[in-house]
Amino acid sequence: MEAIPARPRGSWGRYPRLRPTRVVRAMWRDEAPALADLPGPLLAYGCGRSYGDSCLNQDGVLIDTTGLDRLMAFGDDGLLRCEAGVTLAQLLEIVVPRGWFLPVLPGTRWVTVGGAIANDIHGKNHHRAGTFGAHVARFELLRSSGERLVCSPETHRELFEATIGGLGLTGLILWAEIRLHRVASAGIDVERIRFAGLNEFLAIAADDPRHEYTVAWVDCLARGRRLGRGIYLRGSHASRVVTQGSPVRGPRLRIPFDAPNGLLNRVTLSAFNAVQYHRAVRKRATSTVAYEPFFFPLDGIGEWNRLYGARGFLQYQCVVPEEADGGAIRAILARVSGSGETAGLGVLKRFGSAASPGLLSFPRPGLTLAIDFAFRGRRTLDLLDELDRLVRDAGGAVYPAKDARMSPESFRAFFPAWRRFANQVDPKFSSSFWRRVHER
Amino acid sequence: MSAERTARRVLIVGATSAIAMEVGRAYAERGASLFLAGRSPERLDAVAADLRVRGAAPVETMVLDVLARDQHADLVDRAFAAGELDAALLAHGVLPDQARCQERPEEAVRALEVNFTATVALLTLLANRFEAQRRGTIAVIASVAGDRGRQSNYVYGASKGGLHVFMQGLRNRLHHSGVSVLTLKPGFVDTPMTAGMPSNPLFASSRRAGRAIFRAIEARRDVAYIPWFWRPIMALITSLPEFVFKRLRL
Ligand SMILES: Cc1cc2nc3c(=O)[nH]c(=O)nc-3n(C[C@H](O)[C@H](O)[C@H](O)COP(=O)(O)OP(=O)(O)OC[C@H]3O[C@@H](n4cnc5c(N)ncnc54)[C@H](O)[C@@H]3O)c2cc1C
Ligand SMILES: NC(=O)c1ccc[n+]([C@@H]2O[C@H](COP(=O)([O-])OP(=O)(O)OC[C@H]3O[C@@H](n4cnc5c(N)ncnc54)[C@H](OP(=O)(O)O)[C@@H]3O)[C@@H](O)[C@H]2O)c1
Repeated sequence: MEAIPARPRGSWGRYPRLRPTRVVRAMWRDEAPALADLPGPLLAYGCGRSYGDSCLNQDGVLIDTTGLDRLMAFGDDGLLRCEAGVTLAQLLEIVVPRGWFLPVLPGTRWVTVGGAIANDIHGKNHHRAGTFGAHVARFELLRSSGERLVCSPETHRELFEATIGGLGLTGLILWAEIRLHRVASAGIDVERIRFAGLNEFLAIAADDPRHEYTVAWVDCLARGRRLGRGIYLRGSHASRVVTQGSPVRGPRLRIPFDAPNGLLNRVTLSAFNAVQYHRAVRKRATSTVAYEPFFFPLDGIGEWNRLYGARGFLQYQCVVPEEADGGAIRAILARVSGSGETAGLGVLKRFGSAASPGLLSFPRPGLTLAIDFAFRGRRTLDLLDELDRLVRDAGGAVYPAKDARMSPESFRAFFPAWRRFANQVDPKFSSSFWRRVHER
Repeated sequence: MSAERTARRVLIVGATSAIAMEVGRAYAERGASLFLAGRSPERLDAVAADLRVRGAAPVETMVLDVLARDQHADLVDRAFAAGELDAALLAHGVLPDQARCQERPEEAVRALEVNFTATVALLTLLANRFEAQRRGTIAVIASVAGDRGRQSNYVYGASKGGLHVFMQGLRNRLHHSGVSVLTLKPGFVDTPMTAGMPSNPLFASSRRAGRAIFRAIEARRDVAYIPWFWRPIMALITSLPEFVFKRLRL
């Protein structure tokens, strides 16, 4: 392990800003890093694509895993073994030209395999494939005691289940083995459908099983009759070849500085949303596109998080059991659009019924909604606390990967297995998130 | 670049270096056959597996500490055993602590032995093979630090600057046999070697450096700054008269 002083490591939302005392870099899996000798608390850090404080460790040590970026084996059976700091971008570059695809993809390709496991991430195919963790055959975990444990559903099952979705708290994942699947083409046949409100959304969602990937974009500022309007995107791998794995390029455009606070305000966002909504001129449109813009629409703009200004932003993502007229989702949208807060893009999706493998996994059957909020201090936090109450009353949960502020009470209500989980936490590992929701 | 024109058989010494691994990846993606030498067997295996999965075939390895000069001939024999080499890259190197070099001569001597003496020994054997086959590229990773001595790292700088001069002569000699001799001069690259330094905007990723080195080998360049912007920077630094330069704290 190499010490890197003074290289800041933040989270995607740039709120809160919490500095570790030290960042060390894991480079080689054979080199048993002496975790016991490092001044704790310790926490692994991948690409920092988590929004809030689950990848932060104030006054602790961050272990940068991106040097662990080697592939280890890839067989004709689609089993891929690689080190934990390999990004999904690097994997796609290798496997797509060979006719394989990753089982689950989030909205950005700049996440590490370790991060994907630790948040048990979900994608646009959750209704069919479940979470990322469901495709992990096994992984090796380094504990601060120096033990290295290969965990799978057969061996060290408790640790396997605690580590998937375990927010990096059970130790350092050194490598993992993932099951990939074959695709005829990396291109996606996409259909865009405009919907005028939540009931229409639910009617379209009833058709989800027939499509591999589905997601909807909602206008979080639309009120009254327009509440819950948006655009439904659904697609499946094209049967004919479109592009076989174009090389990963860096973003074409990069935001080089913090936008002045207020560039993204209610007026500019409402206008943007209205344009997006009406741009889909026809009610329904179809096309075949390369997979990158379909899965990673924002990866083309480097550091777009800076558009929210120096104060940063929060993403709020919840899941609630589905109800006939949209239930809690309708209440949340009404509360947000009436709040006066700067709510940006909203993403809505129906999760499938596949059980998530992790004790602390976020996905569960129901509707999930994610909304970005510019951070404007107390009033933003108060609104999100209010949303937490709606989610709790509905029996739902809020996603820790996006969280910077949920209360310990909410955490326990959202994740009833927390006590079993806490027993598996490595005594030397912790995060700013964990100290916040789990006071010792 | 057409597939036939890229090198098919490549030797990399110091193959576990972060920069060299990225050069290896560029070749692996094109299905090249690689011979890797490095001093740690576990790390060598990890890199070899990575390059195999990325498409290199076959990948052979040999555990070698470059200070063990009695093994150099064996390395060269084995690397050439399966036929001619298209390219050889020497990437091993150490960055000694300048302050300690000033206190203990052994520190300075050790760094010179790894960076300079061992490299010259290897180059001598490799040059004769390449000269005999009358084609290919011999590349060495030197450094911008070798362009001008600075108080903060002149032992390292001297080891790399010495390589620069040696390579000039070798280039002149092998040019007549159709062999290209490439001196690579990286600036700051984000690797374990520089992990202790504070970051600055001039740092390049090991991937960027590796890709640039791959292109320089394929283009049969003589000297390549990595990335390119170090050429004007070093032109400026080397143009300062000594009576000015010696007063600076660099
Ligand atoms: C634009 C964008 C879109 C996104 N879309 C989605 C989405 O659709 N679905 C979704 O689920 N998420 C989504 N995310 C969130 C993102 O996928 C997760 O936060 C992911 O975990 C980030 O991975 P990372 O490598 O950046 O990890 P980090 O954010 O650096 O760390 C995340 C957690 O993983 C732990 N960790 C990392 N590496 C290791 C390791 N080797 N061993 C043990 N623990 C480790 C860390 O300790 C931390 O707790 C999105 C994020 C962005 C920025
Ligand atoms: N990083 C920079 O900013 C920079 C700038 C200019 C030039 N360079 C040069 O680039 C080259 C690669 O360095 P890097 O940045 O990629 O750092 P690195 O990852 O630390 O690589 C250095 C390599 O040298 C090997 N090595 C050291 N002593 C050796 C010995 N006695 N025998 C065999 N191998 C030995 C190391 O092997 P182990 O893995 O076994 O330790 C390691 O693989 C070096 O020549 C360096 O001087 C680097």
